[in-house]
Amino acid sequence: MVAGSIAELAEALRAKHYSSVELTQAHLERIARLDPVLNAFITVDCERALEAARVADAAIAAGEAGPLTGIPIAHKDILATEGMRTTCGSRMLANYTSPFDAHVVGRLKHAGTVLVGKTNMDEFAMGSSSETSYFGPVKNPWNPGYVPGGSSGGSAAAVAARLVPASTGTDTGGSIRQPAALSGICGLKPTYGICSRYGLVAFASSLDQAGPFAQTARDLALLLNAMAGFDPRDSTSLDRPVEDYTRALNAPGRAKPLSGLTIGLPREYFSVGVDTDVARAIDAALAELRALGATTVDVSLPNVGLAVPVYYVIAPAEASSNLSRFDGVRYGHRAAAYTDLTDMYRKTRAEGFGAEVKRRILVGTYVLSHGYYDAYYLKAQQVRRLIADDFRRAYTTCNVIVGPTAPTAAFPIGAKTGDPVEMYLNDIFTVAANLTGAPAMSIPCGFDGNGMPIGLQIQGDYFSEAMMLNVAHRFQSATDWHRRTPTMAST
Amino acid sequence: MTLSITDVQRIAHLARIEIDSGQAEEVRAKLEAIFGMIDELNAVDTTGVLPMAHAQDVTLPLRDDKVTAPDSRVLFQGGAPAVEDGLYLVPKVLE
Repeated sequence: MVAGSIAELAEALRAKHYSSVELTQAHLERIARLDPVLNAFITVDCERALEAARVADAAIAAGEAGPLTGIPIAHKDILATEGMRTTCGSRMLANYTSPFDAHVVGRLKHAGTVLVGKTNMDEFAMGSSSETSYFGPVKNPWNPGYVPGGSSGGSAAAVAARLVPASTGTDTGGSIRQPAALSGICGLKPTYGICSRYGLVAFASSLDQAGPFAQTARDLALLLNAMAGFDPRDSTSLDRPVEDYTRALNAPGRAKPLSGLTIGLPREYFSVGVDTDVARAIDAALAELRALGATTVDVSLPNVGLAVPVYYVIAPAEASSNLSRFDGVRYGHRAAAYTDLTDMYRKTRAEGFGAEVKRRILVGTYVLSHGYYDAYYLKAQQVRRLIADDFRRAYTTCNVIVGPTAPTAAFPIGAKTGDPVEMYLNDIFTVAANLTGAPAMSIPCGFDGNGMPIGLQIQGDYFSEAMMLNVAHRFQSATDWHRRTPTMAST
Repeated sequence: MTLSITDVQRIAHLARIEIDSGQAEEVRAKLEAIFGMIDELNAVDTTGVLPMAHAQDVTLPLRDDKVTAPDSRVLFQGGAPAVEDGLYLVPKVLE
């Protein structure tokens, strides 16, 4: 019952093979059994989940079920949930409960999903390994000695271990795609502005975007259908016609379903620093995509190698501003002992934030400080434009850009925590899509010599999610990488 | 770029984060390594390039000048460390 995709589970619910209450109970039992090892969840609320499942069962009985009605789901603990605490993986918000739902949380609730809990993450989404959480590191279901990727590592591990069929994440520099790759599942960062950021605790506002995790591309499309939509409460939310992201997936299968598709291969993604097992898996996936009818063409993104340094100016700058709200006055932690107001701020923030969050606030404060703004922040914004121009040029000769999601598969816990720069380079292939605001996704495409999963990144031009999902769906119709599950999940 | 302990303490003060002297050197070394990576940007010629502040080139929408949000003060203050009579309490700022 717990191994199926959303599409399969929804079909079984409608056919009354089991109820949403039974489905939810089965997942809650798995969480109780496996999460003590994985630490994927910060909060699990069984009672609330079962109540939502009863409501879903009533809707199904009344013939009012949608494609997500009765499906258990978990939200990354950076998305506000009314009546269920939202910690951002931080001591600062360890006891914070939001008085409202994030827009995407509300939309998925309205779609009939059953919220079982909130998932663990790098503190305030700052990390690539889910090791910086105040609530302890998340473990990779394929090998608990390894990281699941980050920052949405709890959401990725939960789907990989089949603790839930779907979850949400947020992606500021790769925080959906990289954990999807390292945990062997699918994850999508939509075009900036498609999913409202209302109730998404802000890290870097010009880069943050919420998106779904699931087992299949079809499931991602079903989730995006529910999550996307205009919201006047987010001034960067785009008011555009509603799309059905599954629309390309239902076309009948053909021998060459991807004929007419041109895949761009940036030479910069296939040169240095990619693990040989990763390179081999990506080559094999490209061969499969060609067999499905796609053609490939070399493209060049000459400035993409600067994406990581640009990101580590812009994201910390925005973070230093956004996180100034955590001052011990309006919400969250306040230090117990201090001499005056400034000392209260300084001690509250020293105690409430972990080392990586403090580091990024300090970097951001510095690049925005008097005398350094032009040299760092303005310069980074200019190079950001050069990178966006590179992609614009590339999309005049191809429909999608394909390559590795991350330079390596998952690494052992603790392997990179001592060296922030080495950790940052995990994002080398993912950050560009945040800087440009274009959509990007990761799907499983193989394993390395340690048996850890490898992700294939599919990037597209603005608003091309439906086409990208179709590429992924056709790949998954011809391969079974997305069906592989960790040993832990098959017990 | 080189950073001194004094630079670190100055930034930390601006950011209102206390760094005790025992941690300062480790923080300094890690920040210096990060700026070493960021300094790659100096080599790029960006003469005449328009800065990109945002992913979408759209103008921010304006809503009608009407009251839309209800008074949620009590609800929002529920999560505050110290409140009294609808006010947030902080240490004394005026002598």
